[in-house]
Formats: sequence, C-alpha cells, structure tokens
Amino acid sequence: MSLSKFKFDKRIKLSFWIILIALIIAAPTLLPVFRLNLLGRYLSLSIVALGVDLIWGYTGLLSLGQGIFFALGGYCAAMFLQITSSSEFPNNIPEFFALYGVEKLPFFWEPFKSPIFTFFAIWIIPALVAGLIGFLVFRNRIKGVYFSILTQASLLVFFNFFNGQQKLINGTNGLKTDVTQLFGQMVGSESMQRIFFWITAILVIASWFFAKWVVRGRFGNILIGIRDDEPRVRFTGYNPVIFKTIVFSIAGGLAGISGALYTVQSGIVSPQFMTVPFSIEMVIWVAVGGRGTLLGAILGAVFINYAKSLVSEALPASWMFIQGGLFILVVTALPEGVLGWIQGDGPRNLLQRFGLKRKIETYPSLEVNNKEENNE
Amino acid sequence: MELLLDSLFNGVAIGSVLLVAALGLAIVFGLMGVINLAHGELMMLGAYTTYVTQLIFKLPILKPFYNSYIIVSIFLAFIVSGVVGILLEKTIIRKLYGSPLETLLATWGVSLILQQFVRSVPLAYGSGLVISLIIGLFLPNTFSLKIKESINFKYFKFSSWILAALTGVLTGSVISSTVSKLSRASARNVDVTAPSWMRGQVEILGTAFPKTRLMIIVITLISVIAITLFLNQSAWGMRIRAVTQNRQMSDCLGISTEKVDIITFGIGSGLAGVAGVAVSLLGSVGPNVGGNYIVGCFMVVVLGGVGNLLGTVLASFGIGIMTDLIGAGRLLSIWPDMPLPLSNTINFFATTSMARVMIFALIVIFLQFKPTGLFPQKGRMVEN
Repeated sequence: MSLSKFKFDKRIKLSFWIILIALIIAAPTLLPVFRLNLLGRYLSLSIVALGVDLIWGYTGLLSLGQGIFFALGGYCAAMFLQITSSSEFPNNIPEFFALYGVEKLPFFWEPFKSPIFTFFAIWIIPALVAGLIGFLVFRNRIKGVYFSILTQASLLVFFNFFNGQQKLINGTNGLKTDVTQLFGQMVGSESMQRIFFWITAILVIASWFFAKWVVRGRFGNILIGIRDDEPRVRFTGYNPVIFKTIVFSIAGGLAGISGALYTVQSGIVSPQFMTVPFSIEMVIWVAVGGRGTLLGAILGAVFINYAKSLVSEALPASWMFIQGGLFILVVTALPEGVLGWIQGDGPRNLLQRFGLKRKIETYPSLEVNNKEENNE
Repeated sequence: MELLLDSLFNGVAIGSVLLVAALGLAIVFGLMGVINLAHGELMMLGAYTTYVTQLIFKLPILKPFYNSYIIVSIFLAFIVSGVVGILLEKTIIRKLYGSPLETLLATWGVSLILQQFVRSVPLAYGSGLVISLIIGLFLPNTFSLKIKESINFKYFKFSSWILAALTGVLTGSVISSTVSKLSRASARNVDVTAPSWMRGQVEILGTAFPKTRLMIIVITLISVIAITLFLNQSAWGMRIRAVTQNRQMSDCLGISTEKVDIITFGIGSGLAGVAGVAVSLLGSVGPNVGGNYIVGCFMVVVLGGVGNLLGTVLASFGIGIMTDLIGAGRLLSIWPDMPLPLSNTINFFATTSMARVMIFALIVIFLQFKPTGLFPQKGRMVEN
C-alpha cells in the first residue's frame, strides 16, 4: 500500500522536489534570521510529529508522553555541547557544576565526550527508553486510555526527575547550548544556525521517507491491523506486543532526533520540554494535519506552530481559546484532519452542498470503494 | 508509636485528597470508559466557587453566617462543577461515544478553555454564566408533564433559556458591583482563608493534627459514604451499576443509558467540585491548580481498577501512605541504623517529586503482576 495518496505525474513530482530543494537552499537568504530560526525549529518539531503519526495514526496508540524522548534527545545533544566547550571552566567540567559545588563529573556524562557516541545516543537512548516503557506496558495488554494516562504519568515522572536533579543536570534551569562551541564556532551564531536549518530540512525529508518505508508493506499492514482490530491480529498468529514495541521505539528515536535539533536551534534544553501540555500539543499537530497521512503530520506541526507564534504575538490571551477550540473541533468535526479531508470525499461533499457538483446517481453507490482504490 | 500515628495520619490526609479527587474520575471511567482530562479543571472550578462564596459571605447581609460558608460552598461547588460537567457531556462527550482516545483530546481542549476562561473573564460574570446554565438546564425539567408533552414545549424551553440568560446577567452585574474583588479578571492566584473554627490543631493521643486536614478527611468520608449509598441503595444507582457491567444488555432491558450517562457524568464532575473545596483549603487557588492533582488521580484509577469503589479507596490511601513514607524519608527515622547504601537511596528519594518517581516505578512493577488493577472486572470477553 503506497502512502502518498496524491497521484503525482512523474514530471510534476520531479518539479515539486526541485522547487522544494530550491526553497530549502534559498530559505536562509529569503527569510530574516529570526523567522528562519523559527522555521527551523518547527521543521524539527515535525519529526516528532511523524513519530506520533506512526504510533497513533497507524497503530492506534495515543501516547501523551512523547516529550520524554524529545527531551532525552535534547539532553544528549546539550550534554555533548556543554562538555566539549568546558575546557576554560574549573575542573574542566561545565560551568553550572560549580554553582552546586560539584567537582567531579557525574559518571553518565563521561561517554558524551565522544562525538560518535553522542551521534548515536541522540536517537538510540530515547528509542531504548521508549522500547522499555512500551514493552512493560504492552506485555500486559494495557492499551487504549490506560496506555495514554500511563505515558502521561511517566512523562510527569521524568519531568520531576530532571527538574529535581540540580547536581546532575542543572535541574530546572536546563542546559544552555547557544553559547557553546562546535567545530570552533559558536552554536548560537548565524552561520551555524543556517547549517542547522539545512540539516533539519534534510532530516525531515529523510525521516519522512523512513516513515513511509516503515508503513509500506507487511509491517505497515500489521500496524494498521493492530489499530483496527488487535485481537484478530493476535488470533491470526502475530504477536502484537513485538510490533507495538518496535513502532513505539521508532517513534521514540524520531522524537530524540527532533529534540536534539530543536535544542540546538532554540539554544536551551530544560525540563519544560517534558511538560504535559507540550506532549499533548504534538498529538494535535497530527490530528489537525491528518492522522495516517505522514505528510499531514509534517504540515500540521509547521503550520500550527507558525499560527501559534503569530497569534501569540498579536493576542497572547486568545491562543489558549483557539487551541482548546481546535482540539474540540478537530475530533468532533474533522476526525480525519485537513489532509485526510482533502484526500477523502471532503471537497466533493462541500461542492455538493453548494450545488456545484451533482451527486452520482447510482445505486448501490460507486464512490464507496474509492478510498480503497486510492490506497492500493 | 507517636511516629507511626503521625505518619499514618499524614498518609491518610494525602490519600483522602487523592480519593475525593479520583472518585468522580473512577466512576465515570468505569461507566463510559472515558478519561476526563478536564477533571482537574472541574476541581479548579470547585476551588474558585469556594473563593467566590467566601467573598459573598463577607457581605454585610451574610456576615453573621460567615463561619458556615465552607459548608455552603461544598454544595455549591458540587452543583457548579456538576452542571459544567453535564453541559460537557451533552455537547461533546456524547458525540464521541465509542472513541475514548478522541474524548481524551476533546476534554483536554475543554480544560484549556476553562483555564483561560478563569484567567480572562471576571469571576463575577463567570458565576453569572454558571447560574444561567443551571437555570437553563434545570428549569425545563420542572415543568409539569402536560407542558412537556405539548407541541409548544420548545417555546417553553426557549423562553426558560432567555429567563436564565437574564438572571445570569443580572446576578453577574450585582456581584461585580458589590464585590469589587470579583469584578476584574486576573490570572493571579487567590487565597481561601478557612473560617476560625477550622484553624488551629486538635490533639489526639498526644499528637497534634491540623483541623483543615481533618476537615478534608471528613469531606472525603462523607463523599465516599454518600456515593456508596447512592450506588447501592437507589434505583438510579442500580441502573448505573447495571450499565457499568453490561451496556448493551442494560439498554435492551429498557434502561435509558443516555440518562445514566448524564447522571453519572454530572455526579463525577460534582465530586470534582467537592475535591476542589478540599484543595482550596490546602493552598492558593489558581488556574493551574487542577493540573497538580490530575496525574495522581490517574494513578489511583490505574491502580484501583474500574467498577469497584473499594479499589479506588485502597489505591488512594496506599498511594498517600507510600508518598508520605518515601517522600518524608520516614523509613529512616523508624529504622535509624540501617546500612549506608540503603539509607543513601532512601535519602535520594526523600523529596515530594522524587517520591512520585518511586511510586510510579512501583505502580509499573505492580501492573506487571496485576495489569487491570486491584479489583479487575471479571468477564470472558477478549476486549473488556
């Protein structure tokens, strides 16, 4: 089953990609630095949204705790940056340790001296944590709402842990990255931010393809099977626990990458990444964009965050109302999300309502099978 | 002995707040399979109701009765949160029946709106709105059967809503003109001061207990007893239990599941309001006050299992006592000369936030052995 339901002509597809790549290359010169930085952050958030789409849109697991993995990735990146640029501080350890009278580097900081370890840690550590949490929960056939509130509780637990440990990871203040050095350059500097933007753009496209590859073929079919009727999948001889654990840890890994990219572009990682509202917001990006359509997750993340920053600049108080209304609206009126609505019968129904397009007058109606055909 | 009593009391005090907050959540979850993420915000409404009641009782007319405002506010909070809950059920949750995950998201949206509502709407007009909601929802039900069955019922309903709106605006402006503190919107936290008879401490067996804590335990006790009696002795309670056990079958036997849903959701939300009164006695009241308790309530529901109040009671007291034991590092004072590595570990977890970490880990371990909580519902179905 192919995912891109858009039936692009080959030439249109090619020109789409050329325009997209041209836009990505040109973006740093077109946009002012502030906006470019915002766009880069939102693009990195779209990677975590892809993960949410994989577990919620395809597998039917609503995780309210993706912030854990997001923040873990961010912390991995920040620890590396802090430790590599700590040579001028006392004891050769990051500056904040001096505030709490710590003289020896805590043991788990040691491996982050190596860039190679960090490169892998950014996505493997969140994936392992996700796999562990997922396995312990799925093994007992805990699912549905139970799963959601357990993930939310574990989010709060991680938040409490990171918030309380001043001596280990600077607690509630978080780790700053924008004044650290990477390859002799300041991370917060304009040229580095430009590079990070390009890296983010490339990684968004790469993880989009990766997610498409995951849901293609039999693996994807089993995921959809679990979403639609898990007992039947189990009776057919598959073990849903394994598939759920795998897809949950994939989503965790994506969240980790996303968190690392977000951290280097926003200049700080703090336990605020693990607050409850932020993790639920990730779900709403996917819900608005269209769950089960990977492109919808990316577009939803970018556009909603952009709308958020625009609205918050103009009318700070109204964003909560808009966001709350969006939650209610999207689940009651637009359960498929915007992209799902466009791909489905939405526009045609709308045209019909205005009397612009005639109904198909056949019985039994022919359009019922349209969706399945598109999916093939 | 004294130490043990002290520890037990603290644990019970923490647990009773959890219990009264989780009770409504557990009943609703047992019946509809729906977790209401706006439960914390309904608690917040209850807490704000206490605040508003307190200020109104400071007016010259009601000043002589000031000491009893807390009793009045328990009932008012029950009604306010219950009505908001009923409205929520009627407008949103009913439409999403059968898709619990979507309900989760929609109720989160509601909670955001409620939070911003108390920030940006003056409390006087907020209470006016609530009063008009109460009248609008309940007035049509008090009409005689003759009117209800007549064709013109919708006009009666419409006019009662207009009456409700007018009353709401009137009360809103009266309150805002008489109580100046309520006439302006503010996002700042407010404080509820306990009446004089609730301040101070009581001595039992040589240990001093704060009276507010005792009051919360009493509120919890009364709520639990009332709910148990309602569920086990009344006709509607029996219907609620029937629908909880088997929805389709009850529907077939002529129980109006729609009404059962409304009543249960209303009661569950009302209990959240009562919990809000308890919470307002513990600390200052702000738009985010509900969020501090909601995850604890989830843990109670997960640990206690659904469909059995005893599970909820045991789970909340268990979590409360464990929180106190771990969070205050009491094991160390009970057994002072324990080996060093163990005492270091206990010291590491001896803060409120780290105690939460530990308790969550314990719950996850517990779920490995009993995945559906302390008292699971028995059934033969693949999916429950």
